[in-house]
Amino acid sequence: MSGVRVLVGTRKGAFVLSSDGKRARWDVSGPLFGGWEIYHLKGSPVDPDRLYASQSTSWFGQLIQRSNDGGRTWEPMGNQFAYQGDPGTHLWYDGTPHPWAFARVWHLEPSLADPDLVYAGVEDAALFRSSDGARSWQELPGLRACSGSAWQPGAGGMCLHTIVLDPSDPGRIFVAISSAGAFRTDDGGASWRAINRGLRSEQIPNPTAEVGHCVHRIAMHPSRPNVLFMQKHWDVMRSDDAGDNWREVSGNLPSDFGFPIEVHAHEPDTIYVVPIKSDSEHYPPDGKLRVYRSRTGGNEWEALTQGLPQRDCYLNVLRDATAVDSLDPCGIYFGTSGGQVYASADAGDRWAPIVRDLPPVLSVEVQTLP
Amino acid sequence: MIRVALPEHLRTLARIQGEVRLEVAGPATQRSLLDALEAGYPMLRGTIRDHVTQRRRAYVRFFACHQDLSNDLPDAPLPDAVAAGAEPFRILGAVAGG
Repeated sequence: MSGVRVLVGTRKGAFVLSSDGKRARWDVSGPLFGGWEIYHLKGSPVDPDRLYASQSTSWFGQLIQRSNDGGRTWEPMGNQFAYQGDPGTHLWYDGTPHPWAFARVWHLEPSLADPDLVYAGVEDAALFRSSDGARSWQELPGLRACSGSAWQPGAGGMCLHTIVLDPSDPGRIFVAISSAGAFRTDDGGASWRAINRGLRSEQIPNPTAEVGHCVHRIAMHPSRPNVLFMQKHWDVMRSDDAGDNWREVSGNLPSDFGFPIEVHAHEPDTIYVVPIKSDSEHYPPDGKLRVYRSRTGGNEWEALTQGLPQRDCYLNVLRDATAVDSLDPCGIYFGTSGGQVYASADAGDRWAPIVRDLPPVLSVEVQTLP
Repeated sequence: MIRVALPEHLRTLARIQGEVRLEVAGPATQRSLLDALEAGYPMLRGTIRDHVTQRRRAYVRFFACHQDLSNDLPDAPLPDAVAAGAEPFRILGAVAGG
C-alpha cells in the first residue's frame, strides 16, 4: 500500500512523520539533529531513499547531511560554499557596498533526474550546485552577475529561498530571492535574467523596478511549466509565459500578504495560499487560521477552515512550510511557527493536526511512497 | 598527546564520546591542534573555524588552564600543560543569553 513521509525542518531539529495512504494515523519520529536549525530537507524525486538536509547553527555554521536509506541514517557531506572568484559587494541596509558573505543554506532542490545532482539556495543570495551527492559544491555565478551588486537585503536577510526546476526543459530553472525578485535561466544556470515584469511593490522607490521585489515563493504544476504562481510580499501573482509577464490574482483574499503558495498535485489550476494580516503583523487576519483555495488559477478564493483554529490563533506559516502529496485525493500539509503540522487528505476540505508541539516549523516536504 | 574537549553538538557530529586525544605534528599551537583535529574528524571542518580564512567562528571559544585563549594568534604556543596533555584544550560555544 502506498504511503507518505512528511519531512519537517524546525528551529531545533528535524522530524519525520509517516503514514499509510489513508493518512489517518501517523508515526512521529525525531528529533534528528536535535538542537540544530533545519531550514530544509528534501528527498530525491527519482530515489525516495536519498534525502538531503540543511543543518546549521549560529555557533557552528552550516552542515549538509545526506541519507541513503530514507532517513534512518545520515552522513555529513560537504559544507564549503565558496562564492566563485571575487564575489564583490551587494548593497547593505544603509545603502553602502557590503562584501558578499555566506550565512546558511535555505533550500535544497534535488534534480528531477539524477539523485546525485542537487541545488542549494543560500544567504547571501546565490545558487550552488553539487553533482556528486553533496560532497562538493560549485556556485553558478551567472546569477549574481545578473544585477547582484544592486541587491539589498530585507529584514529576513538576502536569501535565495525558492528553486523550481522545469520538468520539460533541463536547462530551465526559476529562483526567487528576498528583496531582489524572480530570475530564470534557460541554459542550465550559465546566464540569468530577472523576470519581474508586472510586479508592483510600493515598498521600493520605483514600484515597477526590474529588481528589488520581495518575492516570497513561486510554485508550478509539472504538467504546465510555463504557468507560475507567486506569493509576493504583498500580492498573489500569476504568469502564463514562464515569468516574462505577471498579473495579480489576489481577488477576494482577506489579505494578499503571505509566504507560501502551493499547487494541487492533479489540478493545475487549484492553488493554495495562507493569508497573513500584514507585513508588520505576521499572523492570520482575525485570529482565524484559514487556508485559501482557488480552483480557477487565482482571483476567486474560498476559505478552508474545517479542523483549523478559528479563534485566538496568531501564528505564521513560512514560505517553505507547505507541501502536497501526489495521492488521490491530493493531500496537503503545512507547518506553523507554533509547532503544529496540519494535514488534509482531501485537498483541503478537512484538516487535522498530525502533531501539535514541535519547535517552530521552518519547512515541510512530502514524499509519496510506493 | 593533546587532549581536546568538544561541545556536545560537535561530539555528536563527530560521533565522539569524552575527550579527543591527538598527536600534533610540530609545535603545539591552535593551528596545529585544529589541523590535527580536522584531519582525524573531517566532518568538523568549517564548524570551528572558517574553511578559507581559518578564522575562529565568532561564537566559538577556546579555553584552557582557566584562561580564555580565543583571541590568541593561531601560531602562538599553547600552554605547557595543554601541550603535555595534563590539561585539555576546551572548545565550546559562546554563552547566548535571552
